[in-house]
Formats: sequence, structure tokens, C-alpha cells
Amino acid sequence: MKLNDLLNHTSEWLKGTGPNSDIVISSRIRLARNLDKASFPHWADSKQSQATSDQIQQAIAKVDYLKTTAVFKLSEMDSLDKQFLIERHLMSYEHAQKSDSKAVAIDEEEVVSVMINEEDHIRMQVMQSGFNLFEAWSIINRIDDALSKELKFAFSQEWGYLTACPTNVGTGMRGSVMLHLPALVMTRQIDKVLAAISKLSFTTRGLYGEGTKASGNFFQISNQGSLGHGEDEIISNINSLIRQIIAQENQARETMLLRNKALIEDRVYRSFGILKNAHIISSQETAELLSIMRLGLDLGMIKEIDRRSINELFIVTQPAHLQKLEGKRLSSQERDVKRADIIRSRLKI
Amino acid sequence: MLCNICGKNPATVHLTEIVDDQMNELHLCEECARQKSVAMEQHFGLSDLLAGLAEFDKTAKGKETVQEVAVKCPNCGLTYTDFRKIGRLGCGECYTAFKKYLLPLLKRIHGSDHHTGKSPAAPQVRGAAKKFAGLDDLRQKLQRAIETEAFEEAARIRDQIRELEKRPSTANRKPKAE
Repeated sequence: MKLNDLLNHTSEWLKGTGPNSDIVISSRIRLARNLDKASFPHWADSKQSQATSDQIQQAIAKVDYLKTTAVFKLSEMDSLDKQFLIERHLMSYEHAQKSDSKAVAIDEEEVVSVMINEEDHIRMQVMQSGFNLFEAWSIINRIDDALSKELKFAFSQEWGYLTACPTNVGTGMRGSVMLHLPALVMTRQIDKVLAAISKLSFTTRGLYGEGTKASGNFFQISNQGSLGHGEDEIISNINSLIRQIIAQENQARETMLLRNKALIEDRVYRSFGILKNAHIISSQETAELLSIMRLGLDLGMIKEIDRRSINELFIVTQPAHLQKLEGKRLSSQERDVKRADIIRSRLKI
Repeated sequence: MLCNICGKNPATVHLTEIVDDQMNELHLCEECARQKSVAMEQHFGLSDLLAGLAEFDKTAKGKETVQEVAVKCPNCGLTYTDFRKIGRLGCGECYTAFKKYLLPLLKRIHGSDHHTGKSPAAPQVRGAAKKFAGLDDLRQKLQRAIETEAFEEAARIRDQIRELEKRPSTANRKPKAE
């Protein structure tokens, strides 16, 4: 598999299927693992890092579940390739910063990705469409079991899996659920919901992880603690929180429809109209309008397009995707034109 | 009292800021306070926070000792001072080397200092689930055997259940000592 093959493919997490896929975009589990006695990536010298990277790649090649993955070395990728993988959620922003001895293994379906020498030696993730954390866990748990037969992980009975940052020690697990919450934003209830979430030791991030702004009304909610609770327990806790947020979003949608259906319809069809006709459009405006359109689809107002196509539009309109599709580097102004082109052609009904 | 920042809304949040040993009192409305707290969160990276937490221990207990500064991981050479500066440990062995200082930090971050999840040698969840599923299955079979008065079969199943129940759960099995 080549990196560009992914361009014409829909990532598993964008398929718009799975439980509650109207409000929940995707579910993701990531595990942090390190090799026993080896210095963590930030503290290792380049010789050690190379040795760790080789060892992990050899292990990946032996694991059944990872046999279909392709390994990409960061040192052989240009900045556009890196940005492309970040936009597809297959790699973190941090991973793209320094290249030496770093790699990422990705499977064809884009369900599994394994980052080598990120903050920890191994950061693996499994993504699923919709509200499906347990399924993601069952897949990643098997991969982890298989990898631990090939590699000796840094593990202590007392503190579990040992990680570079003490915030990840224990299970080394983070479960995240990506939610689309336009009604809670429009009814101005979102701040209260987010405040409550942070009090319960969960974190909220934007579409692109740590430190990013919530755009397009997307919110990524994850567990904060990784020590002291078992994996199942952590997932159950996230699940019960997510179920409550889904209920609140649904309630906000009903209230909006009851009180001001015409206003919602107006916003939905205006968004559709602009997206179908614009010739220059920024990424910010695109995210906002697509979000309203997605809401319109959930509410049965828009029937001409399916959820998968809207989900895809959020990603293919990102800067690196636009440039890959065009096959060359584009300035910011050129991207705004290309973005509008792609949206128009995909919404032509 | 009106908000110090926008001067429009009534101040409902009262903050005391200490910058360079200067104490400032701020009275803010909900909206400005929220914006200010977002700005503060963005300013502080995670390593600052961790370093701050470790620092807090020091001030709580008085002056740091020479010993604390000098403590070094025998495996990778990272010192506790390094950790306080960068907010990252050097290798898995650092946890043992800095145990004394890390325990209160782990408790504060996670609310716990003890792992209860899976381990490399004993894949927890599936193992445990399998055992319970097996027991449930056997109990149902036992019930059926009794109902159909197949007592020999029932005795055999009963022994199997006892055997399974005696076996330690794979969930609690300790990882291999190596």
C-alpha cells in the first residue's frame, strides 16, 4: 500500500455507520506501550531509537492482526504526507515534529495505526465508526496480547504499563469518542456540559486532539486517569457519560424543532445553498456549514446526500487533502478555490 | 460591581492573581472569566503542570534536600531534577528510582497509585470473561441434567464446576516474574 492509495478510500471512522452514528462520529482506543529497560524516545540517543524502532517493526511483521499494515518511515515523508496522515487521524501532530527513527504502521482499512517512537515507544490506536468503544477495545486488546508475545513491555505489578509521562501510566489507555453537538452549541448549553465533563475527570478536545479548538461543533471526549481502574471499567465510565451527552443533544434538537423549526430549516438550507454554490470558501466556513448540513440530515430535512459523504467532506477539504487531490502545493487562496470546487462537485445532485 | 474586563456585565467571579510576587484582585463576569481561564490553560503546557505539581510537594514539605536533587535513575541516568524540568521520565526504571517522589504525584493525577488493569502475561478481560462464560454454561448444563434426572452426568458437571471455581481467575494472575 502507498500513502496516496488512501486518498480514494473512506477511513473506517468516517463511514457514518455503527451505533448512534447521527451524533457519534467515531470511537477510538489508544494504548501506550514501552520496551522494558529502554530509554523513552525523548531521552534515547539516535542509536537507541533506531534499535527500538527496528525491534518494534520486526514484531509488527510477526503479528497476524498487523500483517496487512504498511509501515511508513517519517524520515521518508515530506511535510504534506505528514499533514495528510494527521488530517486522517492516523498520526498525531506531536509525532510529525521530529522525524528520526519514527514510523507509523497503518492497515488498509484505516482501523489500526501504530506510531513508533512518539512520546512512548508504541502508541497504537483502533478506530471504529459510531459509538463502539468496546469493539475498538476488543480489537486493540488482541493486538496488544499478540505484540506482548514478541516484545517485552515495561510493566510493573504496582503501576502497570510504564509510560514517559506519568499521566498515562497504568493501563496506558485512552478511550475517546468524537461527538457532533450542534444543538447544544446553538442552544448555548455546551459550556455547561463541558464544565460538568471536566469536573468528572474527562477531557474535551477539538477535532484534531490536544490543544485544538472545537471546530464544526465536533468535540472529542476522553478519560483522563489511566491508573487505578481496569480497562473495562474506564470504558464503561466513558460510555455512561457519552450516553448522557447524546440524550442532552437529542433533547436540545427536539426543543429547537418545537420552538423554531423554520429558523433551523432556514439555516440548514442556506448552508446547503452556500456549499453548493460557493467558488471560494475557507476551512472555517466549510466546517461550520457542513456541521449545520449534517444536522439537517439527522433531522430529515436533507435527503439528497448521505452521512458518509458529509463526513468525508470534512476531511477532504482539509489543506493537505486538497493539495494531494490537486497533485501539487497550493497557497491558502488557491486552496479556498479548490475547496469550493470539490464541495460543489460532490454536492452536485 | 461590574466586570473588570468588559465593564458591562456584573462581576460574579472573583480571582486573585499572583504575578511576580504582586497580588492582583480581579472581578469578572462569567463570560470574561471563561475566556481568561481558556487563555491560562493554553499558556500552561502539561510539563509545566507536572513540574508545578512536583514543585508543590517540595514547598509543602519545606526545602528540598540535596539528596532529592541528586537522585538519579541507575538505568538511564535521568535525574529527578531533569524530570521536574521536562515533565517526562527517562525509562520504565525511573518509576522505581523516584518512587518516593512519584507516589504522591500519581495519586494526585489519577486518584490512585495502583494498577488494576490487564498485564502482559495475563490478558485480563478475555481470560476472565471466558472463565465466567464457561461457568455459566456448566451451571445451565447441571440444571438440565438434574431436571432430566441424569445424575451421573450431573455429578460429573458438578465436579467440573468445582474445579473451575478453584482455579485462580486469569484476571488476578500476576505477570511472570522475570
